[in-house]
Amino acid sequence: MQKSEVVVVGAGPAGLTAAHELLKAGAEVTLIDRNASLGGQLIKQTHKFFGSEKQYAAHRGIDILERLTENLIPYERFHLLSETTVVGFYHDKVLTCLKDDRYFKLQADSVIFATGASEHSIPFENNDLPGVYAAGAVQTLMNEYGIKPGQRVLMVGSGNIGLIVSYQLMQAGVDVAAVLEASERIGGYLVHASKLRRLGVEIRTNMSIKSAIGEAHVEAAEAWRLDEDWQGIEGSEERYDVDTICIAVGLSPLTELLEQAGAEVEYISELGGNVPVLKDYETTIEGVYACGDLANIEEASSAMVEGRIAGIRAAQALDYTVENAEMRLKALDDELVDLRSGPPGDNVRRGLKKMEGLT
Amino acid sequence: MDPNKVIICRCSDVTLQDLHDLFKEGYETFDEVKRIARVGMGPCQANTCGKIVRKEIARYFNRPIEDVEFHRMRPFTMGVKLSAIKEAAEDEEES
Repeated sequence: MQKSEVVVVGAGPAGLTAAHELLKAGAEVTLIDRNASLGGQLIKQTHKFFGSEKQYAAHRGIDILERLTENLIPYERFHLLSETTVVGFYHDKVLTCLKDDRYFKLQADSVIFATGASEHSIPFENNDLPGVYAAGAVQTLMNEYGIKPGQRVLMVGSGNIGLIVSYQLMQAGVDVAAVLEASERIGGYLVHASKLRRLGVEIRTNMSIKSAIGEAHVEAAEAWRLDEDWQGIEGSEERYDVDTICIAVGLSPLTELLEQAGAEVEYISELGGNVPVLKDYETTIEGVYACGDLANIEEASSAMVEGRIAGIRAAQALDYTVENAEMRLKALDDELVDLRSGPPGDNVRRGLKKMEGLT
Repeated sequence: MDPNKVIICRCSDVTLQDLHDLFKEGYETFDEVKRIARVGMGPCQANTCGKIVRKEIARYFNRPIEDVEFHRMRPFTMGVKLSAIKEAAEDEEES
């Protein structure tokens, strides 16, 4: 069986930084990603990041990924398996992988999972009609492949992803009819919402989608008002003439590999649903770690910091010496506190408190 | 909203009405619904439909969502050809 001291699953912002820390400490790292290009969601993020300089604020996601990837290249003990899907994970830290049609096993001493999250879909009439997209798919089409998804879009969801994708659609010359938000408050940062409002896009709270209308493709959408129990109110329907409906209603951590091996997960809604039970980024299986959106749904900036912490912790557990470890861990923790400060961080802070209570 | 027109599971073409019918027949857990209707057994492996099914179970039986158990996850996360597993096993024997 092939062996690698450490395997990092997922080459997004968290996986890339975790791999970097482990390589710096001297460990052998195999980084696995199912895509051909590294960076995870960073590749679609053509907008500039917020936060402090340490998290590459003012840089675009796509540029950040280049720098994170370049960090890894010089290390002799770095192995990359791209276009490779981890299809199974077992409690003795064996991973089964699929590359092209070749199946193989990989034995690791330590595994870091940075598999990210998947997008939610929502139930509404004709939600399988062509022209109904998840926001991530729209971003891939537009920002990675340069293809417009349609001419006029109804955005469902006003979290940061919904707001940013709406803005990017406008930049690409696509009309955004409105942004619907089921709750009474806009979910994302005010800066993003204000940019849209300045362009004349209405963000409508307490509203959701009722149905997609059309024969072979979306020709219109029907929205309706929601009551306190988030149920649609009959008679409150409004029609939008759009050819595209974009769903941006949140993400769920991709825990499946961890669960296969029996790592404990717990439902914490503030962190995105089922999340692995973690103590210092280690799962309930010794030597198996989780970071990034898999640990809790957040911004890429936090994922990059979490990856570094998980990487340092894993390196230490393998008896590698990490220079100035205590100081660096403290500084990274402080960065996370910073990133999670203020009202947008309320949810994550509450969720992490619940997690602390579990371990 | 017409539950016959609401798709819950795109992989196996299961509608909201199908789901409610199963609840009425007495299937109450994710794993039960999965075995009967194949929800969560397609290419998405419940990554798209899972959250909705869980919410619907919670709503229908009036249970808090954190008490609705998710389905049991087993390898593999995607289809693997038996021939690929056979080849891997043969390679291992040789080495």
